[in-house]
Parts: sequence; structure tokens; C-alpha cells
Amino acid sequence: MLSRTAASLYWLGRYVERADFVARLIEATLRLDVLSPRSAGEDAWRTALAVSETADAFTAGGHTLSREEVAHFLLADSTHPGSILRCLAMARDNARAVRTALSREAWQAINGAWLIFDQRIGRLDPTAVLGVVDAVKAETRGFEGAVHRMLRNQTTSFIRLGQAVERTDNTARLLDVKYHILLPEGERVGGTVDRDQWTTILQTVSAVTAFRWLYNDGLNPTNVIDLLLSRAELPRSLAASTEETVAALTALARASGTQGEADRMARTRQARVARTRTGDVIAAGLHQHLQSLIVENAQLHDAIGRQFKFH
Amino acid sequence: MGTAAFDEIMGASSVDGARPELRDLCRWLADTPDGELRRRQQSAETTFRQLGITFAVYGESEAGERIIPFDIVPRVFLADEWARLSEGLVQRVEAINAFLVDIYGDQKILRDGVLPADLILGNAQFRPEIAGIRPPHDVWAHICGIDLVRTGPDDFFVLEDNARTPSGVSYMLENREAMVRLCPELFSKFRVAAVDSYPDRLLETMRSVAPRGCGGPRPTCVVLTPGHYNSAYYEHSFLADSMGVELVEAADLVVDDDVVYMRTIDGRVRVDVIYRRVDDDYLDPLVFRPDSMLGVPGLIAAYAAGNVAILNAPGNGIADDKAIYSYMPEIVKYYSGSDARLPNVETYRCREPQALKYVLDHLDQLVVKLVDGSGGYGMLVGPTASSAEIERFRAALVAAPERYIAQPTLALSTVPTLVEQGVAPRHVDFRPFVLTGAKGVQVVPGGLTRVALREGSLVVNSSQGGGTKDSFVLMDEPHGMTQTMGNMTQTLGQGQR
Amino acid sequence: MRLTIDHRTTYRFTAPQGRVVQLLRMTPRNTHDQTVAAWDINIDCDARLREHRDGFGNITTMLYAEGPLSGIEISVSGEVVTSSSSGVLHGTFEPLPAALFLRSTPATHAEPALAAFAQAATVGRAPIAALHALNAAVHERFTLVDGRPEAGLTVTAAFARETATARDLAQMFVAAARAAGFPARYVTGYCDALPNGRPTPHGWADAWVEGLGWVGFDPTLGRSPEAHHVRVAVALDAAGCSPVAGSRLGEGREWLDVEVQVSGQD
Repeated sequence: MLSRTAASLYWLGRYVERADFVARLIEATLRLDVLSPRSAGEDAWRTALAVSETADAFTAGGHTLSREEVAHFLLADSTHPGSILRCLAMARDNARAVRTALSREAWQAINGAWLIFDQRIGRLDPTAVLGVVDAVKAETRGFEGAVHRMLRNQTTSFIRLGQAVERTDNTARLLDVKYHILLPEGERVGGTVDRDQWTTILQTVSAVTAFRWLYNDGLNPTNVIDLLLSRAELPRSLAASTEETVAALTALARASGTQGEADRMARTRQARVARTRTGDVIAAGLHQHLQSLIVENAQLHDAIGRQFKFH
Repeated sequence: MGTAAFDEIMGASSVDGARPELRDLCRWLADTPDGELRRRQQSAETTFRQLGITFAVYGESEAGERIIPFDIVPRVFLADEWARLSEGLVQRVEAINAFLVDIYGDQKILRDGVLPADLILGNAQFRPEIAGIRPPHDVWAHICGIDLVRTGPDDFFVLEDNARTPSGVSYMLENREAMVRLCPELFSKFRVAAVDSYPDRLLETMRSVAPRGCGGPRPTCVVLTPGHYNSAYYEHSFLADSMGVELVEAADLVVDDDVVYMRTIDGRVRVDVIYRRVDDDYLDPLVFRPDSMLGVPGLIAAYAAGNVAILNAPGNGIADDKAIYSYMPEIVKYYSGSDARLPNVETYRCREPQALKYVLDHLDQLVVKLVDGSGGYGMLVGPTASSAEIERFRAALVAAPERYIAQPTLALSTVPTLVEQGVAPRHVDFRPFVLTGAKGVQVVPGGLTRVALREGSLVVNSSQGGGTKDSFVLMDEPHGMTQTMGNMTQTLGQGQR
Repeated sequence: MRLTIDHRTTYRFTAPQGRVVQLLRMTPRNTHDQTVAAWDINIDCDARLREHRDGFGNITTMLYAEGPLSGIEISVSGEVVTSSSSGVLHGTFEPLPAALFLRSTPATHAEPALAAFAQAATVGRAPIAALHALNAAVHERFTLVDGRPEAGLTVTAAFARETATARDLAQMFVAAARAAGFPARYVTGYCDALPNGRPTPHGWADAWVEGLGWVGFDPTLGRSPEAHHVRVAVALDAAGCSPVAGSRLGEGREWLDVEVQVSGQD
């Protein structure tokens, strides 16, 4: 496979996943702000910016912190590289470059998602925002299903790899920021629980129901952290994402007959994540743990680029 | 003029009824209700539109969702018509190859005074940068599209040669696929030569011209595209996919030590044969366009070293240039030793005083074209021009006659075509595809028929309301199955050097 | 004459380059009046060199170097023994008909002002006298300046100025000669007799005179080149035969430094 093709597929996976994540983040934040009886107001949106690591870009763009502004910034700001609009445009551009490698269904999902933004989208009320977000989620789900139904070959492996690497980054960042805000230094884990805030985290990773299935002792921070860190049953958990990364790389190694730096890094990381006990992590410092995971994920991304000669 | 045109199905005049060989087609046309024809045509267009999603992929605003209209009534060539046509095509393409070998080599044709030297040497399409390079197996014009018009049963004229990167072959293949699916009954009535082996033939042609001593019996072939923003990208990816070779962009290729490689996830893989669908200007920035960052630096060095074959060869533009066209009969005769079997449309070279006089006297009957113009810019269509326009061209012709050629307006043949009012004759032209490999020249039995959908119109360009039709080539032998594999005319190359 | 040449071309990149591919036109050929006694191209990094001949008959060298490269230095040194035939060339390798060199390029397209200038200088003279007169006219019209020529400067723009580099003088001569009906071409090489200033890669021109062949004209000196010139490459214009055509794979900008030393002994 051409290196350029591989790179396009990998980035296609990353951008679709990122668009999907930002969509969920907007949705959860909106619920926290509007639908909750005790509105979190501006704080909710400030956190959303922090999670997507775009607070600086937001300020630099001369925006003022408000629901409409942040929602638009994350959803449809054509000047903001992290907006869903831009992520989908990039996803589509990459898909277009490898059009013949994709099934028609997969392409149509990407194209369909992009077409949601065909008309200029201005500042929207919450219902309209939710409408757009739902449409995006439907198309990204469609894409994922289509990829699932495609031949299990190098093409799908690179898409899956991109998704897994992106997912690892997103989940780690979500947990890091929310946890930091919800439990400032010194606060005891297990203290007063802001149910709405913790539910937001679960909503963002589509895990509200899963949580109830897996934990019967109620909503508490330790359980939420445990779910996102180490429950491989949850597709967006770090355990599942790191496992999926290894699986995608292993499939690629089987096809080419060679392994490299990225395989070694991903396997070492997976083994460590699998051994990780939530209690130990909380005791030793969740923030440090997540930060090093984020850094390591970026290193893995670079190693993937080197191994498959993306540049 | 429309009434005088030869109809390829009905014959010289609709009064006679169909040409005897094509009565069955006529009957089919009469028996199939227009509504049914229309339904099938729409079904074909729906399929194309779905493929057109692929067009829309890169189309954005400029090409949009545009698909080229498809007409359900096929155009048919009888076996003996096709055999004669093929001979003419083979002769012409062999001459084009011989001309390119000569003009970038010894230039005997100039020394023998057959062509005016300044016509070649002053022409920007003659590329001194690559003079002296001999492509592998001395093949230059591997894939040619020869644009033809017809005025009678055996009266074909070459309108234009395309020896650079002719496109349209994907329509030939897709139109056929649609016809087989939608009108299977036609294929049991007629023995139609198959075209679906074209990708195999193309790959065979590519492999045959691989440099000697390249990596083993299976040379690595690729299709080089400008990228997914190019308007012919669909065809590029279609051809690469159907040949099972990589579709590469310039950035995927590197040249090291005069050898071309493609960058893959498993490292560099040597490339032996490149079917390029990019212009010469964007092949190698070190040689052709120093200001361009596009292209593959070192590609021409690899080519000059004999380490890679490039289809079609760089520099071919000199063979299909408008200024050269009018000399093609002389060129064909010079290299083949006999008169051109396929004549040109009669062309008056205004640089020649006698021709200029004739043109000035008959401006109201002629089409006058700029030698280096394109897209209909700087063109006079005498029969429809105002007298002011004619006078303007008269002045321009007198001032710079060497910049103009003139041609008579032709009564292009028609083929019944499904239009809003029903089935009616519409003017057509034709682009057959001719492949030249190390072992000789072959004509694919089919091609791209373009049809002017507006009544009386002679303009077949898709940008001006033109459509396409399938082009049947009938086979002789009455036995055998209705579907047969490709029956290609094959002759041995004559080693012109 | 025996001319000793040292020509160093140094590229520095602000960011490391993945790879560098260059086409060098830096090797002279033997002619009747020019014998290359020694010639070497040295690269300061691991590089593969492949020699070719281009369509104009120039010897070219493909240079392939793998990165990361923060710079690359090409050193050419050699010795050439020259003699003089009053500017008339003998024994050059000419794969293309002279008439090809009537065509202009974007850089050498003669606008009416330059064409009129050519007409005025050549009218009523026999071919060789006309070309000498044109050479003198170009030489006298402009004040010679040193320094690197401006990239992409056309003859039209150059003709509107009062000062000119050797390259611009030669390109203007080429364009004017063509406008007057003479095939003409740009020549790169070296010269040890340049007025003032430090040596640079030099440029002059050839024009075709029916019955005589190619004749050299150096508008920088106002006369035909003699034993002080070493010819390296010819093309339709200066860009077509520049010593280095390069391409690199990497970010950042590049800095170019060129140093030439030419010394002659009788």
C-alpha cells in the first residue's frame, strides 16, 4: 500500500473520531447547561473548551464566553481547526484521496456528514444544536458500521488505528479535565458528588447505561474513573482503546510480515494499562497518570508515522 | 444541411428504410416503445449518477453533479467498415510513432524538406529538453485517441489526433456495461465485439514496454494522476483499479540514482512503467518547469537512463499539435510509403498564398481557426457568421495568414437518438482508442461516440450539451456465442527507425 | 591559455531536508578551442552522482542525497586549456538545428522597444558585422553591475534599466539577435578577464551566422570571447542552463552562497 494512502486512511479515522467526540462533548455540555435543573452555566462551556484543548484558540479568536459562542465555535466555526465542521472537511478530504479503497457506504457516510454543513450554520438555539449533533452522530455511526462491513484488510486496519489513537487521546483528556475541575486539590475522592457533572462524563463517552450495568453501588467518582480507565468492555475506555490500537497494528503486521517501533510501544502500553489498578492511580495522582498517557499517545502517533513512512 | 447527412443506421436517406445489415436494430427501435427506452436510459443515468458521486467527490462547484448524458440507442459499425477503419488507424498511429522517433532523433523529415523546419523547431510543443532520449522499445504514442467524423458509409475523416493523454475510455467501458445490462436482447441479435478486455490490453501494453532488465517478468506498473481534484480523476482511479495497479501522485514517487520508486508502507518499491495522466509540464520540475514544486524531480533522468517507461512519452505534443495536423497526410505518406487511408478534413493552410486566396474568396463557407487557439476561441464559422465578423477575419487573415487554417463545414453523419420528441437523427463523432506496445499496434473494437443532442447541432462537446452513446463493432462470423472476447486488430510494428 | 577554476556552491537550509535532488550543469566539454585537462565535482555529503547528456548537448549530473541535510556544498575544480578562433566555434557538440534557437522564452521575449533597438543596431549591415554592432550596442547602453542577478528578471524589464548584470546583458543580446532574425542562445561558463569585481559564474551568448556557424559574443566585454572563456552549457535562456536546478524535500528556507575563482596563465 502506498504510504500516502495509509496516511489518508489513518487520518480519516482520526478525524471522524474527533468529530464524533466533539459532537458528544457539545451534547453533554448542553445538557449540563440547559437541561439540568441546576444549570452549570458558563462553567460548563469553559470546561468543554478545556477538554477539547481549545480555550486559547477561543480567546484568541476574540470570542466571549457564552453558550451560543462556544457551541458555534466547537460545531461550525470554519476558522477553528478543532470544530466538527473542519474535522469533517478534513475527514472527507482524506476519504476523497482514497475514494476507491472505501466502500460506497463508507464514503456516503462521510460525504453525508460533511453535507450537514453544506449550508452556512450560524448561532443556533440549543434544540437546533442538538439537531445538528444528532445528525453528525448518525453519520459517524454509519461510517463506523460501514467500515465494520468492509473487507478486513490493510485499509480498514489503518482507519481503525486512527480511530483508536484518537479515542485514547480524547478519553484521557476528558477524564483529566473533568476530574481536575470536579475534584480540586485536597478534595477527598468520595466526597460530595455533583451527579450532573459526573453524568456528563458518562454521556460524552456514551456510557450511562453501561455504567449502570457494570456498577451497582451507584454513581461515584472512583467508579467512573474505573470505568473509563480499565474496563475494556466499554469501547471508549482507555483499556479498550489501547487494546484496539494493538489489534489494528497486529492486523497490519500480519499483512506485511514485519513489526516495528509502533508495535512495541503499543503493546508495552497495553500491558501496563491492563495492569493498572484504579485505586493505585488515584492514590498516586490521576492527573500525572493521564498526562503521561497523553504524551505517550502522541509519541505512538509519531512512531506510527515513522513505521509506515507517512512523510 | 441536416437533411443531406448520412444516417449510420437508416442509410443515406430515411426514405430507403434502414441499411440492410441493420434492419434488426431498426425493428428493435420501432418495437421498443419510447417510454421503455426512456426508462432504460434513466436507469443507466441513475447508475452513472451514483458513480457520479465519485465525480462529485472532486467536482465541488466547478464540475458539480454533472454527468454526461447517455443515449440508449447504440451506434453500430459493420465488420468490414471496422476492418477498413482499423487499417487506417493502425497506419496513422504507426506514422505518429515513426514521426516522433524521427523528430526527436535524426530529423530526416526536416532534412528531406517534407515539413517546414520552423513549423517544428519554433513550436513550443517540440521539447528540446528531451531531444535525443530514446524511450524503451522506441514506442512514443502508446495510447492514442483519434477523433473521427463520418460523412458516408466509407467516408471517415480524422478531425484531431490525441497522442498525449487522451481521455474518455472509461465511458466506452461503462456505456457498454450499461447496454449489456439494459438491452441484453441487442447482444443476442448482434455479435458485438467485446471491449471489456481494454484494461487487460492496456496493462499488457504497459508491461510490453517495460525497460529491458527491469525487475523481473512482472514489471511494476502504476497510473500517475494529478490528484483527486483533477476532473478526470474518476477515469484515472477506474483504470488503476481495473488493471490492479497503484494509482500514484507525484509525491508518492521518488527518484534515486536514476531509478524510480514509489513510497509504500513497506518501504520503497521500484517502478518500471508509468501511465501518466499529467501534462509534460508537471512531470519533472528539474527539466520542464523550474518554478513548479509539482512533479517528480529526477523522473526525466530516470527516463533518459532507460530505467523507466513513461506512457505516453514526454514531448508527444508535437505530433498532435494543430499546426502539424494539416501535414499529417504528408507525414503518413513519408513514413508508411503509401497514401493515408484515413484522410484529414480538408485543410487550407493560410500560410500558403494559394490557399489563402481560396480562403479569402470563400470565407462564408469555411470554418477558420487559429493554429494555436483552443476551445473555439478565435474561430470563424462562415455559414453562420455575420458579414462584420467575416470582414474582421478577412483583415486578420491578411495581417497574419500563418496563424490560421481553414476547413470546409462537413455534413456529419447522424445516428438515431432518443430526444424529448422521440427518436430522431443527431450528429455524432467518434474517438477510437489505439494501443501501441513493443509488439505492435492494436485497435480496440469500440470507442467513444459523442452525440450533439440539439437538433442540427454539430457541437458534440459535453460542455455544450453533448452526450455519449455505446459504439458497437459487429463481428463477421455468424457462428459461436453471442458474447465473445475482444477481437482486436493486431499488426506488427514496422520498426521505423 | 591554461585556466584553473574553483567553483563552490553552498546551500544552507533553515530546517533539515529529507532529501535533495539536483540537476547540475557544471561540466565543460572539449571543443576545438577548449581541452578539459582535469575536472572534478565533489559533494560534502553522501551523494550519488549520475552523468547524463541533455537535449542541448550539455553534460549534466544528477545528484541524489538522502537527509537529514542541513546544507550541501558542491565544489567543482578543474583545469581547461583554451585557444582562440576569434569567437567562431569549432568542434562543439550540436544535437539540435540552429533554427531551434530562434524561439523565445518567457524571459527572452523581445517587446517592441528591444526589437527596435536590435533593428537600429543591425540595419544595413552584413550578418557578422551586424551582430558585432549589436554586441557593442548592448555593451555600451548599460552600466555593468556585479552581484547576483535578480531571479526571473525578463529582458523587457532589464532593458528599461540603466544598469545590468552579465546575465541580463547576455539575455538581452540573445533576445535582440533573435528579433533581428539570428538564432541565438545563452552560454554559461567562466571567464578570467571580467572587468572589476570578484569572479562569478559568467554568462554570454552565441549567435548563428549562416556560412560561419555559431559565433560567441560577450556583451559584458563588448567583444567575442577568446581564450579567456571556458564554455560549460548552452540553452534558450539563462534559467535553461543554470548550473544548479534543485529540488528538496523539507520545510524552511535556503541560503545560497556561490564562490568562484578563475586564474589564467599563458
